[in-house]
Amino acid sequence: MHLKKNIATSESGFIFNPGTGDSYSANPIAAEIIGMLKEGTPISSIKVHILATYEVSASQLEKDWDDFCNQLKYANLLDN
Amino acid sequence: MLANHQLLTVAVTGLNAIDSPGPGVAVIRALREGFPDRVRIIGLSYETMEPGIYLHNIVDKTYQIPYPSAGTEALLKRLEYIQAKENLQLIIPNFDAELFNFMKMAPALKTMGIASFLPSQEQFNARDKINLYQFGLKYGLSVPKDQVIYHESELYSCAENLGYPLVVKGKFYDAIIAHTLEQAQKAFYKLSAKWGFPIIVQQFITGTEINIAVLGDGKGNTISSIPMRKLYITDKGKAWAGITLEDETLINLAKKFVAATHWKGGCELEIMRTADGTPYIMEINPRFPAWIYLTAAAGQNQPAALARMALGETVTPYTDYEVGKIFIRYAWDHITDVKEFQQISGFGEL
Repeated sequence: MHLKKNIATSESGFIFNPGTGDSYSANPIAAEIIGMLKEGTPISSIKVHILATYEVSASQLEKDWDDFCNQLKYANLLDN
Repeated sequence: MLANHQLLTVAVTGLNAIDSPGPGVAVIRALREGFPDRVRIIGLSYETMEPGIYLHNIVDKTYQIPYPSAGTEALLKRLEYIQAKENLQLIIPNFDAELFNFMKMAPALKTMGIASFLPSQEQFNARDKINLYQFGLKYGLSVPKDQVIYHESELYSCAENLGYPLVVKGKFYDAIIAHTLEQAQKAFYKLSAKWGFPIIVQQFITGTEINIAVLGDGKGNTISSIPMRKLYITDKGKAWAGITLEDETLINLAKKFVAATHWKGGCELEIMRTADGTPYIMEINPRFPAWIYLTAAAGQNQPAALARMALGETVTPYTDYEVGKIFIRYAWDHITDVKEFQQISGFGEL
């Protein structure tokens, strides 16, 4: 899973897709994950970081991760 | 060619600013930015209630001109009068309906010392909505299927070939989406009564509405192209807010259009981008759009570049622009005096 290279993000969670003109607001955790994806952090490392930082079980994280990926895909923010 | 200090006098039409505004005021704004402190703007108006007439910080002086239906002779006579007073160097017409006259008069204007930068009659006709489908086929551009019809009974075959919903379009303006034969018939009569024949019945394409402002040099080169996604659309389908996009597919589409047609001047490609990413050309407007100032704001001042080319300069094609630049149109109640209204109404100039 790779974010499109031209996607613009801010620390406040604002996401802008310059190819479509769409913009989105991400909550703090989503903004953190997107920031890490933009930096090229491997998905496995992101998950380790989330498990270490937040009170969430591994199984719940997997479910939420799939949901999050689907949202990014639906919003046309991922490379095909 | 224009020296850096020389005053440039430009006549501009399209000073109306209703809910479907003319491009004139935006063109002037871009020119003033492109030629700071050395451009004099002469407005050319058709009606007394065009706001640009009364905006003296935008337009220095306005002259009424005859409606396009009066023909080129009447218009040329009026422009000779204006030229004697103003010494125009350039005219930028901004209405579809007047372009025919201005294209036809271009050589005569040139002998008067007035430059213009307009498409040829052939280019103008090729992109007409009546010819759009054939135009797309010829140049390998994605355009919706359509049928050009003159009689209501032809709607049956349109429905068979294109399916519902279909789009019923007037010869010059207006489009109505019809979901049934009854709706198509009603649209047919309404639009033919308003705009005459033929009527264009077009395949309905759904997607994201994007417009591209394009400037061609007449030799096949695209000097500028700025894609804009409509963010807020009025009930007339006009962009009331929009944002510049980064999309090579759209830029390449504009380049393909200009290279194929050798388009000279400004134009607007109206695009519908479908869910699978195909950019369909829905219409090609043969002049700058009303949102043209966004091109200047984004770093490619198309009206100023057109003026430079019209005056003989070679303009290098732009390569960069600011993505994510937004325009938001607003209405403003400008206050003027009856004396000004009287002046333009009674004497045809202000």
